Amino acid sequence: MTTVTETTVYQKPRLMNDNPMHYCPGCSHGVVHKLLAEVIDEMGLAEKTIGIAPVGCAVFAYNYLDIDWIEAAHGRAPAVATAAKRLNPDKMVFTYQGDGDLAAIGTAETIHACNRGENIVIVFINNAIYGMTGGQMAPTTLLDMKTSTCPYGRNIALNGYPLKITELLAHLKGTCLVARETVHTAAAIKRSKKLLQRAFANAMAGKGTSIIEIVSTCASGWKMTPDEANQWMVANMLPFYPTGIIKDETTNS
Amino acid sequence: MNVCVFFQNSAINNLCAAFFHKKAFFKAILQGFSISTLLFSEKVVPLPSVTRNVLSMTEEIKLLKGNEAIALAAIRYGADGYFGYPITPQSEIMETLMEEMPWTTTGMVVLQAESEVAAINMVYGGAACGKRVMTSSSSPGISLKQEGISFMAGGELPGLIVNVMRGGPGLGTIQPSQSDYFQTVKGGGHGDYKLITLAPASVQEMADHVVLAFDLSFKYRNPAMILTDGVIGQMMEKVILPPQRARRTDDEIRKECPWAALGKPANRPPNIHSSLELDSQRMEQNNLRFQAKYRQIEANETRGEEYRCEDAEYLIVAFGSAARISQKVVDMARAKGMKIGLFRPITLYPFPVRELYSYVGKIKKILCLELNAGQMIEDVKLAVECRIPTIHYGRLGGIIPTPQEVLDKVEKLQTEQQ
Repeated sequence: MTTVTETTVYQKPRLMNDNPMHYCPGCSHGVVHKLLAEVIDEMGLAEKTIGIAPVGCAVFAYNYLDIDWIEAAHGRAPAVATAAKRLNPDKMVFTYQGDGDLAAIGTAETIHACNRGENIVIVFINNAIYGMTGGQMAPTTLLDMKTSTCPYGRNIALNGYPLKITELLAHLKGTCLVARETVHTAAAIKRSKKLLQRAFANAMAGKGTSIIEIVSTCASGWKMTPDEANQWMVANMLPFYPTGIIKDETTNS
Repeated sequence: MNVCVFFQNSAINNLCAAFFHKKAFFKAILQGFSISTLLFSEKVVPLPSVTRNVLSMTEEIKLLKGNEAIALAAIRYGADGYFGYPITPQSEIMETLMEEMPWTTTGMVVLQAESEVAAINMVYGGAACGKRVMTSSSSPGISLKQEGISFMAGGELPGLIVNVMRGGPGLGTIQPSQSDYFQTVKGGGHGDYKLITLAPASVQEMADHVVLAFDLSFKYRNPAMILTDGVIGQMMEKVILPPQRARRTDDEIRKECPWAALGKPANRPPNIHSSLELDSQRMEQNNLRFQAKYRQIEANETRGEEYRCEDAEYLIVAFGSAARISQKVVDMARAKGMKIGLFRPITLYPFPVRELYSYVGKIKKILCLELNAGQMIEDVKLAVECRIPTIHYGRLGGIIPTPQEVLDKVEKLQTEQQ
């Protein structure tokens, strides 16, 4: 008989619990949740982290990661995070927000938290649509893209332009790391994880606000299969929302 | 009363708006107005509660504006944070805190937010961490805070909101009013919730109510409001501040508030603060739990004050600044031989229903004096079950009634049929 030794090469992150996820098949949220669970645990921050959940599909983020959570009103996560961090400077505070939450109703809170350079991380999920409420137009919806509130496609005269809020936030002195990634390939997932690690380190080191935008899919809202959604994202979203580091003021300092 | 005279005097009424700014106020004093001429031109008879507090303590007596008293009392109380946005007539609260720099002494965080909406959500965030946090604003700003107040009530989070009322609706006026009574005690934000509401009638009570409001809000895990107005916020009176207490340590907070989101240790489940519950059965249970809590608050926490009510045949019911005017009116009417007293609700929610009902059979008529079009009168009528004829008198849009005009109304109680 030969002895078989087993080596674990992959496992579910310790901080992810067994609650069944409400996310649709193919949704990017699950992947980003997993990355956050890994990053928080690997950095030894599990007992120090306070997550701020948004309103939108990720409103139930608090059901899946075993850390302390505060569920914010729609768009107010950066304000909630501001107080949580200022009152607990030794804690790790991050917000997790969608495009409607961060770039429409919460624009003021987002800009001012970044402008004050709050020592928090903002994880920004951009899928160009309101998923939770059934696929309405988001501030980041692309031109000509169809949603339930722009059924003939986003029209400049009627709806204005898609908002590149991440580039806008990069202009603010308070931000230290501003980057955009995806999680649709293994390589992209690795890059996203590295960005999240750096962002969390920045917050704990008091370097200012880090914003990591994850260009995501919404297969249900886009009315596509998960595979079609990934292809559509690459073909349509990424040309307008290119991935990469937009601003990094943490490496040379 | 002195301040009421100050506000109604047309010669200096124009200065009033300028006085809402502290620097202008002191500049005016330097230019020849003295505080005593402006504010103590009439004999002041403090309400019994004020006298009691001043006499029973030997601490330093300070002369402060109501708004300043709020700020200094918050530091003394050991508050962890203040988040605000400027609006007249309450900006001195944040200005005083910024001048005091409590972050260098007690460690209290003070932050000027980008909006009232952000400020109340900062309070929500701090409260979820078990911290003693507060905000302040005036009527239009309080309207903006309603979302956050509803979320705090739904999330059962404690915290203090101060409303230094001004006349509305809309942008309205910067002059004092009591027209946010309905908004405060009947809901304001969405959902079936109640806001513990205290109505100070003196600068001393502005300080005392900071302590009381924080204590009650943590006792019941419910937001509390100090509902005051530009009169009490801007006037200066003698005040003894509460003793300085240390802010609680994180360990103390974890012990006193095991629900606080301060980072999850390995030995407990996550602390999650959310008002969301999509299962209607469970959401109803949550609501029933809130309602049971409100009934408890109503049973235990009503507060009111009587003034010269012993043999009274007529009663004025008034809160806050209107109660201060009413006190003068009672003295004037008593001097003319009329048997009249004042009942002053101190808690507007819970409303002192039992205390008011006890006047049924003893009082012939009630005059409800409010700086609004008739809001608290509805609760007064409900409290006495309409068994005492109750009429309203009020001035609107920032006008403060004179004691004389209220006295005229009071005297008509004896003759007019309702």
